[in-house]
Amino acid sequence: MLEQYGYVLVFLLAGIFFILGAFITGWVLSPNGLLGVKYKYKKEIMVDTYECGVETYGTSWIRFNVSFYLYALLFVIFDIETVFLYPWAVSFKQLGMNGFLEMIVFIAILLVGLAYAWKKEALKWE
Amino acid sequence: MGDQIVQWVAGLLRQAYAMLGLSPIAGILDRIVCAVAMFGFVSVFVMFLVWMERKVSAHMQSRIGPNRVGPFGLLQTLADAVKLTTKEDVHPVKRDKIPYFIAPILAFVATFMGMVVVPFDNKVVVADLNIGVLYIIAITSFTVIAILSAGWSSNNKYSLLGGFRSAAQIVSYEVPLVLSIVPIIMITGKLNFSSIVQYQQQAGYWFVVPQFVAFFTFIASATAEANRAPFDIPEAESELTGGFHTEYSGVKFAMFFLGEYVAVVVSSAVAATIFLGGWLPLPFFGFLHLPGFIWFMAKVLFIIYLIMAFRWTFPRLRVDQLMDFGWKVLIPITILNILITGFVVLLLGKGA
Repeated sequence: MLEQYGYVLVFLLAGIFFILGAFITGWVLSPNGLLGVKYKYKKEIMVDTYECGVETYGTSWIRFNVSFYLYALLFVIFDIETVFLYPWAVSFKQLGMNGFLEMIVFIAILLVGLAYAWKKEALKWE
Repeated sequence: MGDQIVQWVAGLLRQAYAMLGLSPIAGILDRIVCAVAMFGFVSVFVMFLVWMERKVSAHMQSRIGPNRVGPFGLLQTLADAVKLTTKEDVHPVKRDKIPYFIAPILAFVATFMGMVVVPFDNKVVVADLNIGVLYIIAITSFTVIAILSAGWSSNNKYSLLGGFRSAAQIVSYEVPLVLSIVPIIMITGKLNFSSIVQYQQQAGYWFVVPQFVAFFTFIASATAEANRAPFDIPEAESELTGGFHTEYSGVKFAMFFLGEYVAVVVSSAVAATIFLGGWLPLPFFGFLHLPGFIWFMAKVLFIIYLIMAFRWTFPRLRVDQLMDFGWKVLIPITILNILITGFVVLLLGKGA
């Protein structure tokens, strides 16, 4: 079974390789590239940040809305729930009713958390 | 049928290795051939899908759609790809160089690696991992990192907003997506895609019948995961120009585009495998004796057609409606579905 993961590794490397190949092809064929058309332009305008024609004011690396953090926190909680659910789901039939009742308790606690977040309007956008 | 073709190709490859004197490294070469073949398949299939998307939207709007390049406009996407490749690659000067460069690579590679475990036919799968479902969920969620780093590193306000909205949306819909597969795993007790299909073969029904709720939530969250309409706020071109790929041009933009379509292919393939019986023939059509991969591709295309039809039949959601739909509708439904499935399976006994 472990040699199957060799395919995963090769796909990872091959994917990166294909993308880099595409980048190089693009660079070779693009204007002002290796084989492309050469032309002159006002580079400082062309490579400026795009903002519908206006000059950009300041940086865009700014503080952002706190609700993104709330969603991220909730996501982490529920993602960990799914991490617990998957091994349980695989052995669900062996565990029988006891395992199922325990998982109901676990999910209920999480649902209480979701209800609390809902009540506190953490799920409300803006 | 499918595995006979694979055996035949493998035999041809062995002969080719022997002729070239490369037999000692046959294992590595096999893997490379697989990767190249999958890349070719994915590229051609995505080209076909872009053409299909344009034809479907044209059909829905009573237009003709692309019909100039090649027969029925089939080569239109190829022409577009060539055009994108010959476009100049403009980098904003204020970018953060390393994340800006890595983002399009990650966006494609993360979804491309999901294709490793997709079973096209009985025993026709690149790597039949025994944790296939978990693997595909884990690897495809890397696209969030690609989107975030693209949005952040472009140093553009549109990109930043689009990137954050995308990331918030994808992580929100990740949870119902993952939870809607759990009932299937509870019934089968397997995380391997081929085993799930074999279970459906033995049971004599597809999981879309007992688990139609899960199928619905899966398709809805997969559409949202792929950032497609009606869940395409992050790229809402009327407010955010291009979303997180505003500052990308040329080949780098093409890679995001390719990655998006590969994500659609991967989630449709997963849906076809676990809900629609993968390579199994349609009920009452088994007498046709078509090879399994034709059935599989037909199911994948059917789900992709559904996702494309959504785009033209549902209005775009607002951001708050989008988040509400994920957290307040889909997650409670999926959890309820897990509990009901658990009760029913336990009541019906171990044989269910």
